[in-house]
Amino acid sequence: MRREQTPLQRIAADFGESRLALSGLALLALIVLAALFAPLISPQNPYDLAQLDVLDSRLPPGSRSGAGLTFWLGSDGQGRDILSGIFYGLRISLMVGVASTACAVIVGLSMGLCAAYFGGRTDSLIMRIVDIQLSFPSILIALILLALLGQGVGKTIFALIMVQWAYYARTVRGTALIERGKEYIEAATCLALPPARIVFRHLLPNCLPPLIVIATVQVAAAIALEATLSYLGIGVPITEPSLGLLIKNGFDYMLSGKYWISFFPGIALVLTIVSINLVADRLRDVLNPRLQQ
Amino acid sequence: MTEPTLRVENLHTHFFTRQGVVKAVEDVSFSVAPGKILGLVGESGSGKSVTGYSIMGLVDPPGRRVAGRILLGGDDLCAMTSEQMRSVRGRRIAMIFQDPMMTLNPVLRIDTQMIEAIRAHTSVSRVVARERARDALAQVGISAPEERLLAYPHQFSGGMRQRVAIAIALLNKPELIIADEPTTALDVTIQAQILFEMQTLARDSGTALIWITHDLSVIAGLADEICVMYAGRIVEQGTVDAVLDAPLHPYTHGLIDSVPSRGRRGEPLRQIPGMAPSLLDPAQGCAFRERCSRADSACIDQPALSIPIAGRQLRCFHPMPSAAIA
Amino acid sequence: MPAFVIRRLLQSVLVLGVMSLLVFAGVYAIGNPVDILIDPQAGQADIARAISALGLDRPLVEQYLIFLRQALAGDLGNSFVYNVPAIQLILERMPATLELALAATTLAVLLGIPLGLWAGLAPDSWQGKLIMSGSILGFSLPTFWVGLLLIMLFAVELGWLPASGRGPTTEFLGVQVSFLSWDGMRHLILPAINLALFKLSLIIRLTRAGTREALLQDYVKFARAKGLSNARVVGVHVLKNIMIPVVTVIGLEFGSVIAFAIVTESIFGWPGMGKLIIDSINVLDRPVIVAYLLVIVFLVILINLAVDIVYSLLDPRVRIGEAQA
Repeated sequence: MRREQTPLQRIAADFGESRLALSGLALLALIVLAALFAPLISPQNPYDLAQLDVLDSRLPPGSRSGAGLTFWLGSDGQGRDILSGIFYGLRISLMVGVASTACAVIVGLSMGLCAAYFGGRTDSLIMRIVDIQLSFPSILIALILLALLGQGVGKTIFALIMVQWAYYARTVRGTALIERGKEYIEAATCLALPPARIVFRHLLPNCLPPLIVIATVQVAAAIALEATLSYLGIGVPITEPSLGLLIKNGFDYMLSGKYWISFFPGIALVLTIVSINLVADRLRDVLNPRLQQ
Repeated sequence: MTEPTLRVENLHTHFFTRQGVVKAVEDVSFSVAPGKILGLVGESGSGKSVTGYSIMGLVDPPGRRVAGRILLGGDDLCAMTSEQMRSVRGRRIAMIFQDPMMTLNPVLRIDTQMIEAIRAHTSVSRVVARERARDALAQVGISAPEERLLAYPHQFSGGMRQRVAIAIALLNKPELIIADEPTTALDVTIQAQILFEMQTLARDSGTALIWITHDLSVIAGLADEICVMYAGRIVEQGTVDAVLDAPLHPYTHGLIDSVPSRGRRGEPLRQIPGMAPSLLDPAQGCAFRERCSRADSACIDQPALSIPIAGRQLRCFHPMPSAAIA
Repeated sequence: MPAFVIRRLLQSVLVLGVMSLLVFAGVYAIGNPVDILIDPQAGQADIARAISALGLDRPLVEQYLIFLRQALAGDLGNSFVYNVPAIQLILERMPATLELALAATTLAVLLGIPLGLWAGLAPDSWQGKLIMSGSILGFSLPTFWVGLLLIMLFAVELGWLPASGRGPTTEFLGVQVSFLSWDGMRHLILPAINLALFKLSLIIRLTRAGTREALLQDYVKFARAKGLSNARVVGVHVLKNIMIPVVTVIGLEFGSVIAFAIVTESIFGWPGMGKLIIDSINVLDRPVIVAYLLVIVFLVILINLAVDIVYSLLDPRVRIGEAQA
């Protein structure tokens, strides 16, 4: 028998049992730190035009710039250090991914809880919208919105919220309906507890574990989708380049063999997505009540 | 006495799980004669189903037979290659499963599932196989068999599905049928019909039958012999009348005693205290010791199989006085 | 069965109606339709004439009805760039996209089902683990970046395959296709692999999970107890059961393959609808954007409908249930 543990301690202990998940978490922590402290650790401020020199453009990895700076991962078409570009790009990518997921969770959670709690017409209306939306490919919905709204960081976040919320709404409603049918909720209703209390104290906590798992996976999906949209030129604007836009900028040079401009931002993107997915995979196992015994 | 259809000798089947070795079947021996019905009785987890699967050679990994011999008409099934074993399954030994809702493939028509069972063993044309399938359906009492061949399993009721499963088992006229609780999932009336038909079938065709169940009342009316299994071992064995009238093992006694009967109406239902032991990490000695009112320090050792009366076998240091129930 | 089809058909029409309303709202209500539908380079007088011709001075409800009537008649405006009907432009590009999507789906199915079966039958073997790791990677890698890697490796470094374009086309059943000529095939290979990758991973996972699930079922054990060969048990009893979810997902995902073709087409310069829409967004050719959105929404709805009907044909339980209802 284990000794008394808080649920959080138990989850942390279970999580730590997988070495793969731990290395994913460590990698993710490094990536987040690099994004947070980009201005401190970047060799160069890639958006300070005064620091750029066209003579330094498209230098291969390891070259030195005219000002004596080493481009460890090479430089891009404007003489920008790729490594610095990646650190700054990570900021945008992570910010868009996390912000859109957080907002979508809030929207989806509210809609799902409303559907489950009120039932009847509210439920069928919300779930019909969810069904219709989920029958369309995610990229198509984002594309429709961005085609109508135009480029921009805020607009991209909005499009990603619209893409994601339906997943959460469906999951939350499903879990909440199961919980609602249980006796303790009936008991709480009989005690005439206010609806808000029932929803927030009883329904909500039970909906969280599946929500956390899906949200983690969705952060990775949102980052990938944002990168794709930006690569297509309909996501973030050139003034705030995410990893996807950095990759796009290098595409033309790639055909002439200057691979590094696209390749390294791509590696950064893949590492980010893979590390999040590793963490999410383990969370799914740890938070799955069916596997806890 | 005639040569038995099947003789199982010192069978051991173990499951090699990550948590350790589960000894699901330990040192089990019994035999069934042609036309006879052997009842294999025990609680869930006692190893009775695994014994059935061991005979069929269908124990799923991580389980496997580790020792013993299974002789079918003189051929040792344990020494066979997988291809030889395949040709035994369905031809010489057939098996019927517990849940008729699950045993027929939901997306294949009945005729497909019957014809393939015939053609797996005999090279006959589809037309001939189909006729045999139709006759088998008629034999188990399914009306309009020609039309029913074209149906899918979900169009049948549970009882009808079990009849189809029995018809499939009969297709190749096997020497032995292993029935793993085939009537547990059915209504009592349908259960009675199927029991009666199986009994008649065994007598008439000379097919030996192993009937696996937890239900003593089924065995009482059906079987000739009975083996009581507990925690992977046979603890008592004998003819049905002898064992049920005068059980020697305290566990058998408890089982019989826990069957509700009209004579004891109004009294509280009796039960065996405690739970079936885990087979993963069994304690030393007699596995029933913890739940047994007669246990003492002698039971720390595993009791050997003894023959207290002619035709009976027993694994217990402290048998019940034979008049206990009569 | 007919009742079921009719009900699904009505549902689809309803969804299409809602989507047309949304696209209309997006174009007419949120943005300024004058900007969206009339070439910004036109003169004042032309703009005024166009406004009354398009009915933009009328109430919104009336405008929607006009939009709907014209859309139903196949008139979604003229492209600013090409000055031909937008819908005609889309339909011209559609075969290229469909060919790419079909090639990718075929590839994903032909590789995915056997690999998934293998991984499901031997989950603990090194091959099974390798297949699963590969499919996890296939899920994690962004399609467009894999496309770049493919170009870098096979077109730039090795020079085996062309990096861009569709190559020569041949007429097949009245449609121009690439796959019939060797050079066309060479152009098709990289984009098809790129587009197939994600679906391949999906099919592998689905087939593997279905196989493992089916192997635990009593009907598989019963089939073995009948003395069937391993090939028959796996090839008929297991495969037929997992085919139902797999076929459903392949069908439902076909819409998503067409949508994701946007990315692959942009990378490989494949002249399909997807490249057209991205080009149109970049030059603000709005009638084409609107036309594309309506066409693809229609396609997705059509695919979902077709999948539902095929599903009901595949699974005897659904078929009978509907017939009795």
